[in-house]
Amino acid sequence: MSLLELRNIYKIYGELHALDNVSLKVEKGEWVSIMGPSGSGKSTMMNIIGCMDKPTKGEVLLDGVDISKESAKNLTNVRRDKIGLIFQQFHLVNYLTALENVMLAQYYHSMPDEKEALEALDRVGLADRAKHLPSQLSGGEQQRVCVARALINYPEIILADEPTGNLDEANEAIVVDLFHKLHNEGTTLIVVTHDPEVAEVAQRTLVLRSGKLAKEVINENFTGQIKFDHE
Amino acid sequence: MFLRMIKGTLFRQWKKMIMIAFTIALGASLATAMLSVMLDVEDKVNQELKTYGANITVVPKESSVLNNLYEIEDGGSGGAYLREDELGKIKTIFWAFNIVDYAPFLNAKATLDDGSEITVVGTWFNHHIELPTGEQLDAGVVSMRSWWETESGEWLDEQGNADENSAMIGTALAYKLNLSAGDTLHVKGTKSDVTLKITGVYDAGGDEDDEIYVQLATAQKLDGLEGCIDSIEVSALTTPDNELAERAAKDPSSLTVSQYETWYCTAYVSSICYQIQEVITDSVASPVRQVADSEGAILEKTKLLMVLITILSLIGASLGICNLVTASVMERSGEIGLMKAIGAQNGAVSGLVLTEIFITAIVGGILGFFAGWGFAQIIGHSVFNSSINISPIVIPMVSVLVVIVTLIGSIPAIRMLLRLSPAEVLHGGR
Repeated sequence: MSLLELRNIYKIYGELHALDNVSLKVEKGEWVSIMGPSGSGKSTMMNIIGCMDKPTKGEVLLDGVDISKESAKNLTNVRRDKIGLIFQQFHLVNYLTALENVMLAQYYHSMPDEKEALEALDRVGLADRAKHLPSQLSGGEQQRVCVARALINYPEIILADEPTGNLDEANEAIVVDLFHKLHNEGTTLIVVTHDPEVAEVAQRTLVLRSGKLAKEVINENFTGQIKFDHE
Repeated sequence: MFLRMIKGTLFRQWKKMIMIAFTIALGASLATAMLSVMLDVEDKVNQELKTYGANITVVPKESSVLNNLYEIEDGGSGGAYLREDELGKIKTIFWAFNIVDYAPFLNAKATLDDGSEITVVGTWFNHHIELPTGEQLDAGVVSMRSWWETESGEWLDEQGNADENSAMIGTALAYKLNLSAGDTLHVKGTKSDVTLKITGVYDAGGDEDDEIYVQLATAQKLDGLEGCIDSIEVSALTTPDNELAERAAKDPSSLTVSQYETWYCTAYVSSICYQIQEVITDSVASPVRQVADSEGAILEKTKLLMVLITILSLIGASLGICNLVTASVMERSGEIGLMKAIGAQNGAVSGLVLTEIFITAIVGGILGFFAGWGFAQIIGHSVFNSSINISPIVIPMVSVLVVIVTLIGSIPAIRMLLRLSPAEVLHGGR
């Protein structure tokens, strides 16, 4: 049984078919990239996978359970328990420190645990920046705090929307390295990106065009090794 | 964590929170001022109106029947009298505390040396009485005829150097007899005569200007009516009449037991009259309808005005809060969307926002209460020349109003917050 399966998903806004009969499967521990030009339906797909939106038609199976008809309240619970979200704009709460931003996810999940949150920051190399506010961190550091926040509740899927879109090359490499580490630890990763360099480091790349799944590319050279040149 | 977030928001958005607190303070201050004045205005207006005279007259039952029969106003006692020794009982009725002042009257017919007839009115000026309850009271026309002006001399002071022959004379009569303060006047009653010493000349602006006012005992002695009085004027603090009071005034026996108790235990002018009749033998107490009616009308209109100002100020505060809180939620839509995205349910996010607003509302409400207390004093001193007593009930009333106004003002923002989709605010809907 696949960890995630989309079956004949449609998302229709009036005349526009943002997603048009899309089906896919993601296995546990897999690293999948979703690519496509602007308006191809990437974000819509991410919203549906991330339980932030519901399809007009079709089924979304997470761990074999169809969540496409769940109420908003139940979808929030699914999101909280099974999905770790990373955004292009970071979306850190700017009056909370890096540590508190990580603890925020714990707070809405179960109970804040400062030690555990600090360990998560340590995993992304930011233990020494725990007491800093987002405004005192670089873009790359902010995105790493987001990764720590996404990881803190041990989700089944890490869903990243353009995670390197706002980063320079050096920080992009650091974040992709982190993804490699997470993948090596068995985390399932779904990364929505328009950057071919970020997409091609995944095991599999799905290409969306006009709401349809246009292409699926298996990365034959995927080694699970860190490929980016930090220089 | 919750407290850290609250603290963070309050400090981060301090300008907006100050605006919200200020808006609430404004509404709360007006509500406090208006409610305080409204609750105190009854006594204030009553006391103000009491300076214009009595609102209840008590006459012997027999003369009341005759007066009603022949539609005579101020027709005298007709040979029936009230008992002077019962006067103290007026301050023992259920609403004794509301009896502000009262004075007995006895009209004695007297003749001057030239044979002309004059009216000598015996009354209390500032009579000191010891009540059956042990209390002491100064009552009389000095305070009940506060609009009388002394043209010359001074008010007769029963507790000062006045003796039983002291008298005050109306301006018209003084002019006719060419008398002024310090002069004497010999008058002859039906039973005795007396040489009155004029202590003051008053200008009442009415028929009283042709009369002489003496102490009650002096008038009684002139006509040999010791212990008798014609009438009593009572100044009482009353509650404006309503339908129950009007029905009771016509016939108290038409009321049910509970209605009777309500009426009896409310300071309606009719219930006070009824209670006076209970303690003064063979008497009829009736309201001076014009005064009682004006008191009711003025009080009702003043209260209505206060209520309208309070409602309008609270509506204004609600609208202000509505705009500010909605703007705050819009500004924080990314943060709220994120909270929802990482697992916060609507209740948790609404609770967070409402807690922030209520903390601000408490600060605004407290500031507003004290500002309102100040406003109330300004109103009290400029309108009634006295302080406004802040009733303890104002605190819970204002607290409830602040909660209601804050809740109503927050409804649009909370609705927006509930509808807010994390997908839309975090990376667009499509």
